[in-house]
Amino acid sequence: MAAVSLRDVRKSYTPELQVIHGVNMEIKDGEFVVILGPSGCGKSTLLRMVAGLETITAGEIAIGDRVVNRLEPKDRDIAMVFQNYALYPHMSVYDNMAYGLRIRGLSSSEISERVNKAAEILELGKFLDRKPRALSGGQRQRVAMGRAIVREPQVFLFDEPLSNLDAKLRVQMRGELQALHRRLGTTSLFVTHDQVEAMTLAQRMIVMNAGRAEQIGAPLEVYARPATTFVAGFIGSPPMNLIPKDGKLLGVRPEHLEPCAASDAMLTMDVDLIEPLGADIIVYGHEGKPGGDGSSARIAARLPADAKAQAGRLAVRYAPQNAHWFDPASGKRIDA
Amino acid sequence: MVENRPLLTLWSHAVLIVGIALVAFPLYITFVASTHTLEEILKVPMPLLPGPHLWENYSQVLASGTTRGATAPVGQMMINSLVMALVIPLGKMAISVISAFAIVYFRFPLRNFFFWMIFVTLMLPVEVRIIPTFKVIADLGMLNSYAGLTIPLIASATATFLFRQFFMTIPDELAEAARVDGASPMRFFMDVLLPLSKTTMAALFVIQFIYGWNQYLWPLLITTDESMYTSVIGIKRMIVGGDALTEWHLVMATAILAMLPPALVVMLMQKWFVKGLVETEK
Repeated sequence: MAAVSLRDVRKSYTPELQVIHGVNMEIKDGEFVVILGPSGCGKSTLLRMVAGLETITAGEIAIGDRVVNRLEPKDRDIAMVFQNYALYPHMSVYDNMAYGLRIRGLSSSEISERVNKAAEILELGKFLDRKPRALSGGQRQRVAMGRAIVREPQVFLFDEPLSNLDAKLRVQMRGELQALHRRLGTTSLFVTHDQVEAMTLAQRMIVMNAGRAEQIGAPLEVYARPATTFVAGFIGSPPMNLIPKDGKLLGVRPEHLEPCAASDAMLTMDVDLIEPLGADIIVYGHEGKPGGDGSSARIAARLPADAKAQAGRLAVRYAPQNAHWFDPASGKRIDA
Repeated sequence: MVENRPLLTLWSHAVLIVGIALVAFPLYITFVASTHTLEEILKVPMPLLPGPHLWENYSQVLASGTTRGATAPVGQMMINSLVMALVIPLGKMAISVISAFAIVYFRFPLRNFFFWMIFVTLMLPVEVRIIPTFKVIADLGMLNSYAGLTIPLIASATATFLFRQFFMTIPDELAEAARVDGASPMRFFMDVLLPLSKTTMAALFVIQFIYGWNQYLWPLLITTDESMYTSVIGIKRMIVGGDALTEWHLVMATAILAMLPPALVVMLMQKWFVKGLVETEK
């Protein structure tokens, strides 16, 4: 196991087309870090640069105390799990896991010991002789993880490994991944566009947008104190409301808005969409300024399930400590 | 379409049966003719039921050939045909699978240019380039040799193109996974690409075996020595001048013999052949 350092890492395909604009991060030994961002933000590119599948245009990536910029993937001591699993279709599950070890010249007794151990951890014992096409999606995913585990690498790299699974299986695999990380304690980098995955798996996460790291921090810290309007608008479902006020942007999470008497109203919304979710109700509407013209900001509020939601005016208020302020020009957080 | 119209069913069956008869009848006549003596065939009308001379005719052509026209034993011709029909597909595959690998998986200068160069040769079948090719082969002293029979037909773009298309359907992640696993490019080629190409290769083999076996113009040009005749050329050379001079019963026996191997290859490899053309194991 090893720490991973990204030092001002950049990637450009042509001088004009730069996709990663200098990312800095120190990943501690044994840490589980999630790279989160919308599609096209460069998160997979960043991961592939760590893996050695993409060249590094500028900056440095170090695994442990070795700078790996010029090393081939096989020499970086990493293992990668791909989104579509990338299992060798003509090899049995056992051979899929053993292939990398055979190339590295391990003895067959050592190989079978490692593969059997991984199969046991992942409950794949019964399937070792099967071909990947005879497995379900979740089982294939486990084989792909097994292939990574048997290598006993310094770092695990996951490239959206759960996005091909159905919702229920995804939740289950999320749990298994967590358990696996607790058990093995291997430094892991996990790319996803799913904020729930990021929030639940990450010890720390890095939120990326357009090739830049917008914020790096523990999930709850990122949620509680988004550093930019992008992070505020990306994390949380529905995301944080951003309302122009006094030349600044006011950010309030939907769950921090509560209905109140019209006289106490800090915001008024014209509710036009109601989504009862069972546990709570989410209402959406425009900010209704007195005499407003309707071109105002959209607001979402999460109300308790027993609230009487109806279309029309809704007066809401929030506690001052739950208000966030952002600079509208730069999008950066303004700390009081 | 599923329709319950008995008349239509009857009609379509009738059409199919007539179609089969049209194809099968000449083959049947060929077989019948190969079991009679020459005199019986030349009678009008010729017999339509198999005669008693099957073994005699076939063993004569196989061991010693006809007495007029080409006089080499057909057994030798079959071997020549077999060499051609095996060397051409195997040589083609060996060359094209490697060149397709290079074109799909490596970035080198002028890669696309080379691909299009290969592709353009698709437009130049043997017949078009036959005179320059003949000149080259003659100057190299390869007339009347297996090398001369096979090498000019090995170079072709069809197989390269087929393998390229197949390789492009293999997800990039598979190559990347192999890279992360530490496989060198050649190792990836041997351990992953070749096993995955098995069905494509089988389909290609069937097509090219028949292509090689049925070659007519090229062996006709470059073989003058009877011992290098292929079976197809043998048939042509056995037919001499007037009807009465040709030993039709032996020609027909040779024709049946020449038809068997391709039919056999298709039948034996049918499963693989269809698999290779329609589905890929990915």
